[in-house]
Amino acid sequence: MFLDFFYEMRDEGIPVAMQEWQMFMTVLERGLHDSSLLSFYNLAKSTLVKSETYFDAFDRVFAKVFQGVEGELSVSNELEEWLRNPENFKDLTDEQREMLEELDANELMRRFLETLAEQDERHDGGGRWVGTGGHSPFGHGGEHPTGIRVGGESKSRSAMKVAEDRRFQDYRTDVTLDVRNVKVALKRLRHLTREGGADELDLDETVDETCRNAGEIELIYRAERRNNVRLLLLMDVGGTMDPYYEPVSRLLTALHEERGLRDLRPYYFHNCIYERVGTTADLYMKDAVPTGDLLRRYDERWKVLVVGDAAMHPAELMNPRGNINPRYESESRGIDWLMKFREHFERIVWMNPDPQSDWEHTRTTQVIKSIFPMLPLSLDGIQDAVTTLVGARPSAPGVTRH
Amino acid sequence: MSEESDFYQFTGTKGYIVSRSLVEAVNCAIALERPLLIKGEPGTGKTLLAEHVSEGLGMPMESWHIKSTSKAMDGLYVYDTLQRLNDARFGEGNVDDIRSYIKLGPMGRVFSAEKRHVLLIDEIDKADLEFPNDILRELDEMQFTVMETGDEVKAKERPVVIITSNNEKELPDAFLRRCVFHFIDFPTPDLMKQIVDVHHPNLDTQLLDQVLIKFYWLRGQPDLRKKPSTSELIDWISALRRSGISDDQLSEHIPFIGSLLKNEADTAALADFEERDGKMPEDWSDLGPRYNQ
Repeated sequence: MFLDFFYEMRDEGIPVAMQEWQMFMTVLERGLHDSSLLSFYNLAKSTLVKSETYFDAFDRVFAKVFQGVEGELSVSNELEEWLRNPENFKDLTDEQREMLEELDANELMRRFLETLAEQDERHDGGGRWVGTGGHSPFGHGGEHPTGIRVGGESKSRSAMKVAEDRRFQDYRTDVTLDVRNVKVALKRLRHLTREGGADELDLDETVDETCRNAGEIELIYRAERRNNVRLLLLMDVGGTMDPYYEPVSRLLTALHEERGLRDLRPYYFHNCIYERVGTTADLYMKDAVPTGDLLRRYDERWKVLVVGDAAMHPAELMNPRGNINPRYESESRGIDWLMKFREHFERIVWMNPDPQSDWEHTRTTQVIKSIFPMLPLSLDGIQDAVTTLVGARPSAPGVTRH
Repeated sequence: MSEESDFYQFTGTKGYIVSRSLVEAVNCAIALERPLLIKGEPGTGKTLLAEHVSEGLGMPMESWHIKSTSKAMDGLYVYDTLQRLNDARFGEGNVDDIRSYIKLGPMGRVFSAEKRHVLLIDEIDKADLEFPNDILRELDEMQFTVMETGDEVKAKERPVVIITSNNEKELPDAFLRRCVFHFIDFPTPDLMKQIVDVHHPNLDTQLLDQVLIKFYWLRGQPDLRKKPSTSELIDWISALRRSGISDDQLSEHIPFIGSLLKNEADTAALADFEERDGKMPEDWSDLGPRYNQ
């Protein structure tokens, strides 16, 4: 049943590995849980779960696996003693006694928990093994003369109550779970240059200069290496992008928290870029800025990352007045704006959250793919995008720059 | 249980109230000789824990406060080249002995100490993304080599390592796997009463009740930008006590709101609420099922 606990946790998406499981086993071996179920719950949580976002899942699994285990288990020592006394087995058949003698303490504990697990509700009275007010040897407040008291002290809340309470529901933020992966992928989005004030001691140069100076110390400072990547982010919002809210927001979170970037400016559009882009995701007209301003304000050294599904009606891309957003009327064709971006910036990547297999079925995707390098919004895609943005050479298919 | 772990049992100290699960996590980390990673809302006493563990166990403490520029190397040792160069130039100090220019950092000092220490690594999430990975090996083996001299610094007694995080960055899996984890949940009203009692003994129980009702009600407001925390509650009670406010006066209005709410928008929202004659709770039963079990 312990292994069930392990696999149930993995099934629930809690990242438990052997290492943690071993740690937990060591805890049990040393008896740190003091035979108390609440301590058992607390220690399992401390050793197996490493983020409060999984506490809720853990509580659910714990409640499921150890269902029916109520109160505190003050078992092991008393149980062992009880077992050692042959008088306690008067009523057992020889066969049963033999079986019991073969059990070591661990096995017994396991059986005990197993019996508990078989119960699917609180057990009061009756002759089953574990419960309260019954007459079996295990239980609390029972009438068996040599019975073992299970639980009873209730000063602190029982583990099951704690688990069933699911107080950590609020901390579930499935969105953030993979942010770290994305961040690690984005980590390479840097172009280190030495610019600005010289405030770092250049040891090699200092030694060289000092020698040249016949031992008179000459301190040489240089500018610290800083990331010089400035990123212009253009996001498609609304409509067909809504299903991709999660992966996109994960990327956004990672980008916002990536402090290594020198500058990050996000803008928003719907389906395609026209005369105006929004500065907020709700695309209100009053917050919009002319796209031409973007091209003037940001020079060609800015890296551009476009996130959008590139799937739209062909007219939205190829016809004037193609903008379907009534707030943003446009005179010119979307494709002209895209071409302007391509001309202006050295490095642009279009990240498409649609599955890559769908790309060839959409005409507009095909067209846009011929303008910008297009990559899927996956971890690998992000890595490739980073390479395209800061790597050795732009590798846009079919694009020749002059 | 081995004798040693019996010997080092943390049970809380007079000035620091701990929940049972936290005590167990601390003792588990001590017994397993693993670092203890503590997360939780700001103001729940993460850093204080280390001080009180060191007090409770009678071990000296070293703290290493992490900044965004912190590097793993800083915790181990720093080789002061400049000083050596300077000494060489002016013929001062013992230039031949490179060891006198190696300055141990917090981790290095704890490792080389004779006595078992408590090592606090505070706010590990402030540092660079790769920082936790960089100290992984050192924390595992509790030893490192000073490259300039080839000296091995190895802990004679494995220190009790307590690491705190404010959750600004996700920590790497490999790092998490080696830690015992504890999330300091916000104290329940009962625990909070004990905590308040440590700081303000002999507080009138009715006043305390009113104070806590208002406090938990405020925290329960969904659109509050910054929820008040334990340390703010303690400050607020100090202010209330000095002004001698009674529990009746608290029922209609929350005085000294500045010590609880630190955000303009939040203060304005509350003022609005009061102007609209919004009803504040006066009893625990007004707070909903969460506090009425």
